Amino acid sequence: MDIAVKEGPESFSSLRNACKLCSPLGASVVFKGIEGCIPMIHGSQGCATYIRRYLISHYKEPVDIASSNFSEETTIFGGHKNFNNGLDNIIKQYHPGVIGISSACLSETIGEDINMLIKEYEASNKDTDLPVLIHASTPGYQGTHIDGFHDTVTASVAVLAEENQSGTHINIFPGFVSPEDIRHLKDILDSFGFDYVLFPDYSDSLDNPNWSEYHLIPPGGTPVADLRRTGSASASIEFGYVLNEGTTNSRIKKNKQSFTAAKWLEKNRNVSANRLGLPIGIRETDRFFELLKKLSGKETDRKYTMERGRLIDSYVDGHKYLFGKRAIVYGDEDLVIGTVLFLLEIGIEPVLIASGGVGESLKPILDRLTEGKTKDIPVMNNMDFESINEKSDALKPDILIGSSKGYYVARRLGIPIVRTGFPVHDRFGAQRLQHVGYKGTQQLFDRIVNALIEHKQEDSAVGYKYM
Amino acid sequence: MMSEFLTGREKQIVRSGTTSEAILCAKPSLAGSVSQRACVFCGSRVVLYPISDALHLIHGPIGCAVYTWDIRGALSSGPELHRNSFSTDLQEKDVVFGGEKKLYASLIELIDRYKPKAAFVYSTCLVGVIGDDLEAVCKKVGLEKSIPVIPVQAPGFNGTKKDGYKVACEALATLVGTSDREIPKFSINILGDFNIAGELWLLLDYYRRMGIHVNATITGDGRVDAIRNAHKASLNVVQCSGSMMYLAKLMQEKYGVPFMRVSYFGLEDMSEALYGVAKFFKDKDLMIKASEIVKEEFLRIMPVIKEYKEKLQGKKAAIYVGGSFKAISLIKALRLIGVQTVVVGSQTGTSEDYELIQQLCDEGTIIVDDSNPIELSTFVKEKKADIFIGGVKERPIAYKLGLGFCDHNHERKEALAGYEGMLNFAKEIYATAMSPVWQFTR
Ligand code: SF4
Ligand code: SF4
Repeated sequence: MDIAVKEGPESFSSLRNACKLCSPLGASVVFKGIEGCIPMIHGSQGCATYIRRYLISHYKEPVDIASSNFSEETTIFGGHKNFNNGLDNIIKQYHPGVIGISSACLSETIGEDINMLIKEYEASNKDTDLPVLIHASTPGYQGTHIDGFHDTVTASVAVLAEENQSGTHINIFPGFVSPEDIRHLKDILDSFGFDYVLFPDYSDSLDNPNWSEYHLIPPGGTPVADLRRTGSASASIEFGYVLNEGTTNSRIKKNKQSFTAAKWLEKNRNVSANRLGLPIGIRETDRFFELLKKLSGKETDRKYTMERGRLIDSYVDGHKYLFGKRAIVYGDEDLVIGTVLFLLEIGIEPVLIASGGVGESLKPILDRLTEGKTKDIPVMNNMDFESINEKSDALKPDILIGSSKGYYVARRLGIPIVRTGFPVHDRFGAQRLQHVGYKGTQQLFDRIVNALIEHKQEDSAVGYKYM
Repeated sequence: MMSEFLTGREKQIVRSGTTSEAILCAKPSLAGSVSQRACVFCGSRVVLYPISDALHLIHGPIGCAVYTWDIRGALSSGPELHRNSFSTDLQEKDVVFGGEKKLYASLIELIDRYKPKAAFVYSTCLVGVIGDDLEAVCKKVGLEKSIPVIPVQAPGFNGTKKDGYKVACEALATLVGTSDREIPKFSINILGDFNIAGELWLLLDYYRRMGIHVNATITGDGRVDAIRNAHKASLNVVQCSGSMMYLAKLMQEKYGVPFMRVSYFGLEDMSEALYGVAKFFKDKDLMIKASEIVKEEFLRIMPVIKEYKEKLQGKKAAIYVGGSFKAISLIKALRLIGVQTVVVGSQTGTSEDYELIQQLCDEGTIIVDDSNPIELSTFVKEKKADIFIGGVKERPIAYKLGLGFCDHNHERKEALAGYEGMLNFAKEIYATAMSPVWQFTR
């Protein structure tokens, strides 16, 4: 063994307070974004329970995820009995329109062929009206929750997208954004008069109003009929530069190539793909609106030009509080990229850019997008929070921006943290956090400025109440 | 309209007073159900987690480790190493070629970096399948680093959370008896309190006032050295039978340390516990002090409780918690503040406890083992419960249906044990039952 213990993350072979989650979690979120869908994880009980708990703590909503409940016998003799019983029971209990099946480490390792299991199940139930069965292969030991998310978006589209005469509607795949973000995107698309399919749409299903009757399957989600229409769209828009393409190279079994949904549709259904970054900040949001103008042939509604104008106005009003401030940014790769591009617009200096994502593309993509501005900034993949924690002292940051799991680092450093993305387990209203569009950026901007002002105010001996 | 319940589950649901049949429990969950249960690993992890000067390394893919990172409110008065989540983060290549090397390297580097007093190494489902020799690696590292490195064989599929408790107890048993320090005369160990929100410290205060020395706390605010010396105590006081009974029994067999089962939840049970300990030592002084404490606390607390009771009279509660023993205490405590229990269930109950619950509850109370969201939501509606007592996973069910909620799980931030805890409990039930927000939901 030649592992010497040095400081720094590369020298650790373990992960210490991981900055990533496993892929069935991402898959489950996507399945929650299909109307009438119940997710099932083909594996042991614990995974489903843990993932449920993790999602519930963020969304504050009931999140039912079934499990095929592997036992010791199952792992030896195979899971087909549990698989069939599982589906039977879900159908009996929930009457779902769709069952979204993701695999887990265990089922993948013992070599379960879920596609075959589905075929067999369908064959032996030919006479009944079965729900649509969608399968995404999501072993937790490959990639992260983000890979699981995008792989599942693609898998769902690949199962359902019909080859039809091209229509006038468009597809939009926004990625792992908040329910409020999705609602905002829908408003924007409506304002251009688009007929569109947004997937996955968990804006209701993971953020429902209060009920008088309990719903076994929360209302909301992209309808299956809409998923079928994705194959005949005139164009697709997807947000993200890294998506699920980051980890393909690290896979040993090259049994599958990762496509994003938009790329899959381009290749197999002739729907042109448009890739944009998450629309955070003026520049990236401008690019989004430019594309919408082009695709619709219409002008941007005044509502949004006003939002843009106000955002710039606030950039000006707030710039002095921000200039030269040093930020540690961490989280899912594409959110990190969006955040960094935005920070560079407002004069905040990222001093460490970290993601738990396991690919290697974050650094080159950022360097390209920023035209080299991030060249000398440490950009690290496969990071964990202890590594960030250990590096942070030397970096003298003023603020942390990322999920709530970095709180302990911020607390130790005595600096503010602005919570973005997923998970936010220690604050209220994670479902309603906004990140995208001029309006989402505005919210993010206000939160960052206020966090810095508040910190200064609390640190001040004077206790001023006017600024 | 609710769908039908899963067939095969009927025997895990009974209505008190309507059947003489015993409830069926300790059954594996049905495939396809959305069980509120966790896995073997989870059971072992929650029990060992509060040992704060030990390294807890989870050998497996990242999920098992990251979903259990610092989610419990088990406080420590000293080291906080336990609040980290260490994982070997197994990758596809490890699955194919085995993870032993990575495990070895991880252990060495983490022990060097954090200097723990012991290391617990948890195996997970994947490890159970790829067949890493956990024991051999632990042994090797233990010799090299001269600290106990203890394998916790907990592949999730090997049973339920309850089986995980046993695995944890076995791991603890390897530590107990490996040190030999003399301790004072009236010494007990506290088993099965995890110092959620500082509860253990409340108990320590009562015992201190009584003149009892607490030797090892297993595992709340736990320390490796104290656990190693645990066999020196005269008595194991075990709370919440589910998780720690096995260790108590092991210690009785091996070291002749008797045990006593108690609950610290609710006034009656808390007082019973103090009296029980005093009785055990057959010491008059202890008994006098115990009754002094009880009297003092009752005088302090009862007037407040009475006020709550008047206001809460007639409210109905549903309980769904981890272990059935806790459910019993909850039923009693609720009754004390005028709240009637109409639904009660647990993830991993025992048949004895369920029997007691049947006797304890009013006729028609629904008793259920290993339930799921569908059943729970149906039951609370049917029984017109006002308040739900459970864990994080039950909270949204309660809230969506317009019910009050009280978190009685290990993630909570309120101390609910002891006399002080009873006040907190009453206050919380009151707050959730009386909030004006329900006028908009019901
Ligand atoms: S993989 Fe196994 S041990 Fe890990 S959470 Fe899932 S069931 Fe539990
Ligand atoms: S990493 Fe694998 S085994 Fe662990 S929770 Fe995720 S899917 Fe389950």
